[in-house]
Amino acid sequence: MKADPKGVLTGVHFLDGDHACCEGAIAAGCRVAFGYPITPSTEIVERMSKRLPLVGGLFVQMEDEIASSIAIQGAVWGGKKSITVSSGPGISLMMEHIGFAAMTETPCVIVNVQRAGPSTGLPTLPSQADMMQARWGSHGDYEIIAIAPNSPQECFDLTIHAFNLSERYRVPVFVMMDESVGHMTERVVIPHADQIEIVDRKRPQGNRQDYLPYQPVDGLVPAMASAGEGYRFHVTGLTHDERGYPVMTAETQDKLIKRLVNKIRTQADELSMVEEFQTEDAEIILVAYGITSRVVLRTLELAREKGLKVGVFRPVIVWPFPAERLLKAVAATKAVVVPELNMGQVVLEIERLIRGSVPVHSIPHAGGALHDPEEILKHIEEVIS
Amino acid sequence: MNPEINPAEQFLRMDRMPHIWCPGCGAGIVVNCFTRALIESGIDVDKTVVVSGIGCTGRIAGYLKLDSFHTTHGRPIPFATGLKIAKPELQVMVFSGEGDLVSIGGNHLIHAARRNADIKVFCVNNFTYAMTGGQVGPTAPIHSIATTTPYGAFDQPFNLPFLADSTGAAYVARWTTFHARQLTNCMKEVIRKPGFCFVEIISPCPTIYLRRNRLGDGLDAMRYYKKNSKIMNNVNTRTVDLGDNRPIIVGKFVDRERPTLLEAMNQELCRKIGPKYEPYPTGVQK
Repeated sequence: MKADPKGVLTGVHFLDGDHACCEGAIAAGCRVAFGYPITPSTEIVERMSKRLPLVGGLFVQMEDEIASSIAIQGAVWGGKKSITVSSGPGISLMMEHIGFAAMTETPCVIVNVQRAGPSTGLPTLPSQADMMQARWGSHGDYEIIAIAPNSPQECFDLTIHAFNLSERYRVPVFVMMDESVGHMTERVVIPHADQIEIVDRKRPQGNRQDYLPYQPVDGLVPAMASAGEGYRFHVTGLTHDERGYPVMTAETQDKLIKRLVNKIRTQADELSMVEEFQTEDAEIILVAYGITSRVVLRTLELAREKGLKVGVFRPVIVWPFPAERLLKAVAATKAVVVPELNMGQVVLEIERLIRGSVPVHSIPHAGGALHDPEEILKHIEEVIS
Repeated sequence: MNPEINPAEQFLRMDRMPHIWCPGCGAGIVVNCFTRALIESGIDVDKTVVVSGIGCTGRIAGYLKLDSFHTTHGRPIPFATGLKIAKPELQVMVFSGEGDLVSIGGNHLIHAARRNADIKVFCVNNFTYAMTGGQVGPTAPIHSIATTTPYGAFDQPFNLPFLADSTGAAYVARWTTFHARQLTNCMKEVIRKPGFCFVEIISPCPTIYLRRNRLGDGLDAMRYYKKNSKIMNNVNTRTVDLGDNRPIIVGKFVDRERPTLLEAMNQELCRKIGPKYEPYPTGVQK
């Protein structure tokens, strides 16, 4: 299905990542948004409030992030696509509702323009320290999808992709920006609506009385009705059976949680989105995502100038992690180096996957600035020697 | 209609019976009044949605055979706000307890009232957190015993109608579960009333609250409501707090005309943007 031209601002623009993300959401078909101001994501809600009423939608500034993160889910069950955006402290407040969306299989998009934490931290400066929170932040076992754009153009493109994946798999999808990507202004090309592919959630077929809201129909994903269509379905955050009714047994829990987890885990390959640079002959592979994946491209240049065989592996979708692709890329290397704007988060997943077959070196950074590409190079030279 | 079948059953998930509520609990009366209001109002039940939070009253959503959402603790109001905005043709009703709506969800309550979100909130006030075994709640009377106030409650309880009134609700009423007929009529009125409607329903919790405070059983509570309630429509909500040796003042206290959230948004955007602005559907029938 193609995008509704009404929401697509076709043309060449000069936008920052926050504004581009907003345009991506509207192009993806999002017409209802809720949010609460917080640096450095505020520009997204400001643009939402200006743009949505002009395309038949609306933005409501809610009383807090807790309200925003559940109001989007009400809107989604009303048949709309919806989004909320925030940063560190606000995302922390939303965590219970990430679990509610995972449990009730409510497709929605949450943008986290990461700033340095914990707590109030550095509100105006970048970080990538919420990567594990995105994956594990709510209580209980569940899976989400997380995408890490590294440019305003990608903030546009990947926000559309985030909506499509959330509709396809009925999971919350995180767009993991950071302050530098959010506030970086670059050329953004918005294509014609007929060049933008849009995915809508699968709707139930057949008799309304026979509808089982949590019976998977497409792989492990159930079809989704909207309120007001006569299905008279029930949705609960309690452990539930195919009818959506609460059932307080270990058997029901086992069946439900395995399906919720496997509907993403079994699709990790299909969901993998990776960029590789000069990995074919690389002896050292830099794994980096988000803004750091741009920083390491400079390191790559510097290293190659010195004759060092370095390559870059960039997971664009970080969760689920593209395990197969990584293992293939690192099979013939001597070391893997992982710079990230946190004290070592995604590196844990990489170590887990590589299982000691290749040494893995973390280059942590507490946030507030980006890595210096030359510092990363120095680290590589130490690894080699 | 088959006289053997209770007309309420068409709106209940009979495959989920028996329900979890204790004998003497008021939640069933609330559900019964609501099913009668559905029948008597002639509302399109396929367009009627029920949203609940967490707690004993929060289970109401799960027993009603309507599109129904059992959300998170304290958050049915913002969920309902999102749902109504996404599909204004829906009639969105919230049923939840006072702990859910007023304590953990208090911020959402006052903001939804302020912005006149077009949702109907039925707050079943049983003065305690019953689902978790009887902890003190935001309306628990001074001196009342709860598991977390073993020596008696000492902090000031909320006057809920005054709270809703002062934050801008379009409609505010209070009834007890003894007033089944008045409550049904109130629900019918609320269904037709645009804007944020708040109805406090005083309801007995015999197992947890009444027993622990030596106030008798469910029947005693009904006798108490009958004897001590006083209908005072349009009375100043500041005066309706529930204190020692005071009557339970019930009735319709507030019924005011205010643009709903979506109407107010349309008015403002039409004013600023002009004819280029295509008004958003509001669901309000004029």
